Amino acid sequence: MTDTNMTAAPRSQWWDVWDQFKTHKGAVMGLGFLIFITLFCMLGPVVWDVDPGKLNIRNKNLRPIINALWDADAKVAWANPMGTDNLGRDIMANIMQGGRISLAVGWTAMVLALLIGTTIGVLAGYFRRFDGLLMRFTDLVLALPLLPLLLVMMLLFRDPLRAAFGPEQGIFILIVTGIGITSWMQTARIVRGDVMALKEREFVLAARSIGTPARRMITRHLLPNVLSPIMVSATLGLATAIITESALSFLGLGFPSDFPTWGKILFDSVDRMTSFPERVIWPGLAISLTVLSVNYIGDGLRDALDPRIRGL
Amino acid sequence: MLTFTIRRLLLSIPTLLFIAFVIFMLLELAPGDPMAQMPLTIPPEVKEKMRLALGLGEPWWVRFPLWLKQFFIVEPQYWIDSAFGTNFADGAQRIISFQSRSPVFDTIAQRMPQTLWVVGMSYVVGVLIALPIGIISAYRQYSVFDQTGTFVSMIGFSVPPFFSGVLLIVIFSVQLKWLPSIYDTTHVVNSWDSFVVQLRQMIMPVMVLALQTTAQVSRYMRASMLDNLTQDYVRTARAKGMSESVVVMKHVLRNSMIPVITVIALGIPAIFGGAIITEQIFKVNGLGQLLIIALQGNDIPMVMTITFLLAVLIVMMNLIADVLYGILDPRIRYD
Repeated sequence: MTDTNMTAAPRSQWWDVWDQFKTHKGAVMGLGFLIFITLFCMLGPVVWDVDPGKLNIRNKNLRPIINALWDADAKVAWANPMGTDNLGRDIMANIMQGGRISLAVGWTAMVLALLIGTTIGVLAGYFRRFDGLLMRFTDLVLALPLLPLLLVMMLLFRDPLRAAFGPEQGIFILIVTGIGITSWMQTARIVRGDVMALKEREFVLAARSIGTPARRMITRHLLPNVLSPIMVSATLGLATAIITESALSFLGLGFPSDFPTWGKILFDSVDRMTSFPERVIWPGLAISLTVLSVNYIGDGLRDALDPRIRGL
Repeated sequence: MLTFTIRRLLLSIPTLLFIAFVIFMLLELAPGDPMAQMPLTIPPEVKEKMRLALGLGEPWWVRFPLWLKQFFIVEPQYWIDSAFGTNFADGAQRIISFQSRSPVFDTIAQRMPQTLWVVGMSYVVGVLIALPIGIISAYRQYSVFDQTGTFVSMIGFSVPPFFSGVLLIVIFSVQLKWLPSIYDTTHVVNSWDSFVVQLRQMIMPVMVLALQTTAQVSRYMRASMLDNLTQDYVRTARAKGMSESVVVMKHVLRNSMIPVITVIALGIPAIFGGAIITEQIFKVNGLGQLLIIALQGNDIPMVMTITFLLAVLIVMMNLIADVLYGILDPRIRYD
């Protein structure tokens, strides 16, 4: 490659990854949307300081402001751009608040699943003696019917956790743990395979010959090299975690009813979707677009992190 | 191949036993009480007797083997009895639901047809749509069709069934009033008109589930076709002067189908899981809804049996996928 850069500063590998990532249009748009929706939920309530739980019966059942475009008689108000629900709560404030919870659950559950998956994968791949046992265990967990078991866990452990940590904190811990311990298996398998392949490479042999202990071998040499598959499965994990949380809320087994999440808002609106379809569409769109953008980011990352594609 | 199949079959027995144990212990350790729904006016000693009547007085190491015996020995005996008019079961205790006090398997047998119709049909439809999309996308890589197909499959991955289902209801039932939003399971098909009614009420649940299947299978089909289209044997076939349709549909397709068939087999249990949500949206009273109701009513035998049946399905499909792979691809022999 001819050096056309005027700056002589050495480029880190991450700049190459970013350059490749930028060529994937869907991934860039996905990243843009993810940043937008995160800022919308995080900073939105600062600007739009309406209490999502505040009842305003006088202004109940307002339609979103766009309805005024084609329906002059529609009951709209600029104070509630997305409309209000049957108790007069502002939907936009609820979507922001719900998004905070949904995204928080998604990220935390994804990190937990990654931690478990990477630990098991590295242990199984690096230490021969754990391999058989850990992989049999992974296969067994993969053979469990996960959604029914998750439902069972939600229903049976919610009361004690509520009593121990308070209604919201308890359910949050329960959902995050539930999703985390039911979605680490793919990561573990991928990481194990990659670690096993890396272990045979010369640089690992060189590191071992100078007496690197196993702990430093893993943190210094193996983990940085399996980072790319971990990042790709992180995006997949984030997408599934958001969908699973919404599905649990949709089945009525998620957070308590006065505590909005996207799935919960969707679930609560289904009964009135005949008259107020927009109440279903707002949270549904939020979930779908977030998951879609995360999936596109995953696609782009996969290409960008693959050194065979990068630099072409 | 036969020894491999037999070995896998034998291996699946401890797997299933372990899964049954995990489900049982989860239900056992969980603090939920099947008597929690009972009125508070019932005196404690009566409540205790009711617990004993439900069989909850024994410790788990008595009840777990008993459940295994009922599931694997007593229930098959009842099936044989009802099929051939024999009397193997001899009035042995069956698995009884806490809620309805009737045998669990009778209820499951009532709910099974609805679920199988919707789930089975959606899977067939989904696969039938996915295969041509995957083939054409791969053959015309980066064409408009390919881009659209990839985008649609991405949407299928990303839009959860509880939104796509609700969206379909809003569009086709609420706005256009073309299709019913509720699946009527008491509907009997006995004429052309009633068949049309059945077809109309099946379209939406089937399409919601099929979208998920299509998204997954078409992706695999495309990737597998792409792998094969660049192989040497394809060039050879073209050089021999074979027509393009023979090259693609005979040589490439048959080789590409090998991994896709295993993906299709492995996807069957997942679609049953997805059916839990879809049944809830369209109010189909199938197995998924039965599971939800049983969960909410602390009906432990019912939850245990349905969950375990799903686990059996997963283990069996894994086995079938492995065996199929060996049969279809002569390069892979396990023994």
